[in-house]
Amino acid sequence: MGSTKISWMIGGAQGTGVDSSANVFSRAAAIYGLNVFGKREYYSNIKGEHSYFSVVISDGPVRSTMDEVHLLATFDSETVVRHAWEVMGGGGIIYDSMAVNEKITSIPTLEKPVLERIQMRLSREGVGETVGDVLEVARRGGVRLYPIPYMELLKKVGELTGEQQLSALSRMTNTIAVGVSLSLLSIPMNHLETALSQVFRAKAKVVKSNVLAAEVASEYVKNHFASDFPYRVEPRAKTKKLFISGTSAVALGKIVAGCRFQTYYPITPASDESVYLEDHQVFDIYHEYPHLKEVEELNGHGSIVVVQTEDEIAAINMVSGAALAGARASTATSGPGFDLMAEGLGWAGMNEVPVVVTLYQRGGPSTGLPTRHEQGELLFSIFGGHGEFPRLVLASGDIEEAFYDVARAFNYAERYQTPVVHILDKALANSNMTVDVFDPSKIRIDRGKLITSWDTSLGTYKRFKFTEDGISYRTVFGTENGIFWNTGDEHDELGHITEEPSLRDRMMEKRMKKLEIADAEIPDSERVILHGDYDAPYLILSWGSTKGAIIDAIEYLASEGLRFAFAQVKLVNPFPTRFLQNLMTQYRKLIVVEQNFTGQFALLLRAKTGVQADHLIVKYNGRPFSFSEIRDGLKEAVIHGSPRIVKRSGG
Amino acid sequence: MTVRLSVVSYRTPVHNDWCPGCGDFGILSSVQMALADLQIPPHQVAVFSGIGCSGKTPHYINAFGIHTLHGRVLPFALGAKLANPSLTVLAVGGDGDGLGIGAGHFVNTGRRNVDITYIVFDNGVYGLTKGQASPTLARGLKTKSLPKPNINDAINPIAIAVAAGYTFIARGYAYDTKHLKELIKMGIQHRGSAFINVLQPCPTYNDITTKEWYAGEDRVVEGKPLPRIYKLEDEGYDGEVKSADFDEMNAKKIQAITKSFEWGDRIPVGVFYRNNFIPSYEDRITENIKDYYSNPPAKQAIASADGRTIVSIDDILKEFLV
Repeated sequence: MGSTKISWMIGGAQGTGVDSSANVFSRAAAIYGLNVFGKREYYSNIKGEHSYFSVVISDGPVRSTMDEVHLLATFDSETVVRHAWEVMGGGGIIYDSMAVNEKITSIPTLEKPVLERIQMRLSREGVGETVGDVLEVARRGGVRLYPIPYMELLKKVGELTGEQQLSALSRMTNTIAVGVSLSLLSIPMNHLETALSQVFRAKAKVVKSNVLAAEVASEYVKNHFASDFPYRVEPRAKTKKLFISGTSAVALGKIVAGCRFQTYYPITPASDESVYLEDHQVFDIYHEYPHLKEVEELNGHGSIVVVQTEDEIAAINMVSGAALAGARASTATSGPGFDLMAEGLGWAGMNEVPVVVTLYQRGGPSTGLPTRHEQGELLFSIFGGHGEFPRLVLASGDIEEAFYDVARAFNYAERYQTPVVHILDKALANSNMTVDVFDPSKIRIDRGKLITSWDTSLGTYKRFKFTEDGISYRTVFGTENGIFWNTGDEHDELGHITEEPSLRDRMMEKRMKKLEIADAEIPDSERVILHGDYDAPYLILSWGSTKGAIIDAIEYLASEGLRFAFAQVKLVNPFPTRFLQNLMTQYRKLIVVEQNFTGQFALLLRAKTGVQADHLIVKYNGRPFSFSEIRDGLKEAVIHGSPRIVKRSGG
Repeated sequence: MTVRLSVVSYRTPVHNDWCPGCGDFGILSSVQMALADLQIPPHQVAVFSGIGCSGKTPHYINAFGIHTLHGRVLPFALGAKLANPSLTVLAVGGDGDGLGIGAGHFVNTGRRNVDITYIVFDNGVYGLTKGQASPTLARGLKTKSLPKPNINDAINPIAIAVAAGYTFIARGYAYDTKHLKELIKMGIQHRGSAFINVLQPCPTYNDITTKEWYAGEDRVVEGKPLPRIYKLEDEGYDGEVKSADFDEMNAKKIQAITKSFEWGDRIPVGVFYRNNFIPSYEDRITENIKDYYSNPPAKQAIASADGRTIVSIDDILKEFLV
């Protein structure tokens, strides 16, 4: 409570180092001791299109971005023209002093509707159509302007480093923007060097010249601008944290959870996870337990095989093959790839194979918005595929949860011997945030009814033996006396084809029973997390990465006297029906928040509980909910009573 | 005490419902004989199949038997083999399964050279759906199950296998089980992806490339039929690459492709191409994971007895620590 949040944004053409400069800025702030949340927005393009990074730094927890920008760092005209409007009064814009005369019509990557919107605003203000005119409008709104002669400063850096090539020097433009930003925000420059050496691993020369560039920038700020930028924040107690992206956190979760086989077909934004795993294919085994037999056998290290397949069909089916051989195995994909996996997922369900699919949703349908965000696959992840088979679907709310949930996903898969979809999204994948250092000792690995041998005195081994809980002992390939058969056809206890109706009934019931068992066994605390004010009059229900913006918003609204409870549903299948039915009766109004058009969660809620939410706050323009949107949306819901509220912010 | 395994060890009591006289029976017993000859214990073998008549094969073999999806047999098989490279992995499937719906996997498996053996039951028709034309049925042919002559050209599985990168490529004939058994044994023993295309008459739907046609009963010379099928090895054909020399490899590939287009009056069976100089996918993995063979994915311990992870990520976390 009572924390200060500062919103910083940097933008530029893709391929000009926007990512790494945002990374450097964020890390410098995090090393300083601040909490950081950063969101990356980019086009499906390699070079030239506009991308930006929106970062919030705070002395308290921060879990989402905000629409209002306090400090906008730019080094190209397009970023000024697109984002100047988002800077709040009292905030500042850092820009290239040489670019002010550029006409906004000369920016080729500005889409026509965006250009026309800006032209209209400029003409309303009675100014011309240059970058300088955009800045003038901002200035009239109380925004401070910080013109930077980038070229001049770069030349100075060149003199200091001996670097004469302009192309090499220009790569440091964004570092100058970062240096100016840190100076204005009074974040000590010594943290920058550490940040730079983390980002440019092992490139000492690059680090050195970038440090110099930032110093030149800082010097310039001191000499030319008053040190009165009104927004600043100082860290409270400094603790060790991680600054990590969603895809990296999930990859680490897989290593810890014992995943030893991963397949993937390249797709945005899921591939980052697999590429990270491939880069960290061999990893350490705990030194603290050298006496463990397992550790000795592994010579002190474990490994994961990562296979890039020819398509997502191969990806899911290879995972089934590996799981049948006994490995914890998974694949990572996004919507279009998940479509192709539907048949393979059904096969795994039919043959009770423990597979994990990490699904990073992105804007759909079809190719949709390949680099943008959406939660459009809730119902598909639960119901996709022909016929009926049990599956568990687990939704993580943020990066830290995602790390720990990976092990849960594998445990569910092996315990219930069925596919598990770990449903995530682009917003979570491509965000970076400061989190508490991951603690693998909190993780437990449960392999369910996996057996390594079969005692023939118990009779012939039957892979699909009928049992009370529907779960049979599972051997893997290579197990003596443990031979089994699998088929996508309906089958008997041995796994051979049958079309006999009573056997069909029993097998169907055996498989579906597992979902009932999961529903009975998995504690509510793993399925729903309650946040906010339990005694509040209003209950928010949501799932997945909306969590951060919702918590940030309800914390803020509490300070205005509006109180909300928030039920974050993590296990969306089997649905926590009883728990929610009991919970929902205690609130005056129910508000569902989710990032899709149709309100898939609200639909599921109604189907499962018979309860219709009073308000639906949705968004489907491809940009994640900001804190500001949830804050405003919740007010709209409870004050004005609008049943459907659509949010549309984001560039 | 080691028990000598016989063909019987690889049989199951499951009722076989293939049509009487089906070529599949010959392939099934060739596989069983090959496994018995090589004395591979049933629990060390995993047989994967696609969909169709051939898809039922694993149910008739006493070994881990995985009847997968239409066209997807290879990815399943590869996943198992890469998770546990000590297994003997066989994949079987029809021509429609492997060269139609599964063509993408067929081609891409060649790029990897995983140590598996893939046997295609090639009869020119989709049997289980009542005899539609498959990718290996020649244009203009009208089997009795087709309403019109086939309008598509046939593809050449052997030539595609060569181009895709398979390192052991052979053709067998379903009714010559002794010869086919030897090809399967060679395929299993080959370190890399082996592809064996088997000419398999479908007595129910394909009335053109029948057993009698292959045997040449339509062309009697001096009172005896003149068989169409002949063995490559009987005519001195040598498909084996003898050195890692790039030019020799290419020459052998071209020779195999050329030979694969021989069809009609004379149809060769035997080994078209064999190359032991291409590292298997498993060997390629060991370049990054040194102990891959001794500690493959399926064999690694992942937890202590009390369910704790045995992995330490302290070192990896350094790059994220702030």
